[in-house]
Amino acid sequence: MADFIVGAVEYLSKFIFFIIAVLVISPVLTWVERKQSAVMQDRIGANRAEILGLRMLGLFHALADSLKLFTKEYFVPKGADRLIFHLAPCISIFFAVMGFAVIPHADTLIISGQPVEMQIVNLNIGLLYFFAVLGMAVYGVVLGAWASNNNYALLGGLRASAQMISYEVSIGISLVGIILVYQSVDLMEITRAQGDLLFGFLPKWGIFLQPLAFFIFMAAGIAETKRIPFDAPEGESEIVGYFIEYSGMGFGMYFLTDFLETILIACLTVTFFLGGWQAPFIDGWILQTFSDSTFLGIFQLNNFILTIVQFLAFVFKVCLVIFMMMTIRWTLPRFRYDQIMNLGWKMLLPLSLFNIVVTAIIVYFIG
Amino acid sequence: MEKLIGLLIMIAVGVGLALVFWGLNRLLGPKSPNVVKDVPFETGRAPISASGRRMAVKFYMIAILFVLFDIEMIFLYPWAVVFRDIGAVALVSMMIFIAVLVLGLAYIWKRGALEWQ
Repeated sequence: MADFIVGAVEYLSKFIFFIIAVLVISPVLTWVERKQSAVMQDRIGANRAEILGLRMLGLFHALADSLKLFTKEYFVPKGADRLIFHLAPCISIFFAVMGFAVIPHADTLIISGQPVEMQIVNLNIGLLYFFAVLGMAVYGVVLGAWASNNNYALLGGLRASAQMISYEVSIGISLVGIILVYQSVDLMEITRAQGDLLFGFLPKWGIFLQPLAFFIFMAAGIAETKRIPFDAPEGESEIVGYFIEYSGMGFGMYFLTDFLETILIACLTVTFFLGGWQAPFIDGWILQTFSDSTFLGIFQLNNFILTIVQFLAFVFKVCLVIFMMMTIRWTLPRFRYDQIMNLGWKMLLPLSLFNIVVTAIIVYFIG
Repeated sequence: MEKLIGLLIMIAVGVGLALVFWGLNRLLGPKSPNVVKDVPFETGRAPISASGRRMAVKFYMIAILFVLFDIEMIFLYPWAVVFRDIGAVALVSMMIFIAVLVLGLAYIWKRGALEWQ
């Protein structure tokens, strides 16, 4: 029985961030997106959904939305490739979920004397795994577009896939600088390496060591999630895109995929550039202030509190990055498609190559 | 091996989530087929061309360029991990490699492969 509880706690703590991301952050995001736009545009915004007269600022809209999508017809257009039409949104959401497997959300938690890494799978090739998953995301889009038997869907799918693969190159090359600095492709190791202080006061985060890579990664990441200003693949009211023939939860799955990918890109931005779960300055203080006595039978008190603080720091940083992405969404107008492709190939790609050269020379001479 | 249990759980969760969404919607959603609904979404008239016949060659070009640059990118990763251990040799050889890469980029840029009309 005790073994079972320890095992359950171990897995719960490994999966806690993923559970929160799917069950809390992504539904709240659908509401935040509408409410934030309302606030920025001086409207009242999403405030209609209510349960027994309780409105909660419209927070129930997330619930109402998903219920509505479940009870709509799952329409399959005539002439569509039925198997692929059903499979495509499932592929999309599957790979969005798989991306969370390598995100580290805290340092090691000690459970009954055993150190447990706060990451679902502690892969030593985490970064390559992330690229594999990101690359597969294109399939959901392009298969769905192709199977719909619709000219507009196909064109939207081509636009989306060309944009996604173009920016994937920039994302990949901008991260070479991060690997050069931290000497690892293991996301946990990269985060640990960001724990030191630079000149005694500045945390050794990616954003301070690789500022150019941060901006390239951020821009390419937003393009990867197909958000404004890069929403040429599918732009709510103006451009019909790859999921035009999808209704009900087929559309809902593409929608959820977009939100999960937004969270995923925010998580990776935090992991590579904002110190991941590092809570600088207070981590040493917590370890010293609290004793290492046993807590709740299986934890160590100071280690437990430190892990909670690191987890909260991680969630806070992720929310901050998502908020920034949403603010960008409601601030900038959409780029034209040729501008998007030019930005990817003629600006971000040469800049990220330049970043590698400069970083390599600096690392070689300073060490 | 023990590590991969987490990955297996994630695969199960991913497949399960997709199946639940798809299955519940098929179960709860109404089915009311009619003739007009089956017409593909177009301009309001019947489409004059079937979908998927011809598409702009630009997209093939982008796909080929992506494959090229993505493979170069993968070559950079192991180099970056062991860069500090190898030192000057790694620096010089990779500078040559990136120079060739930039030359290739300049070539496709000059030839107009990146232009969109």
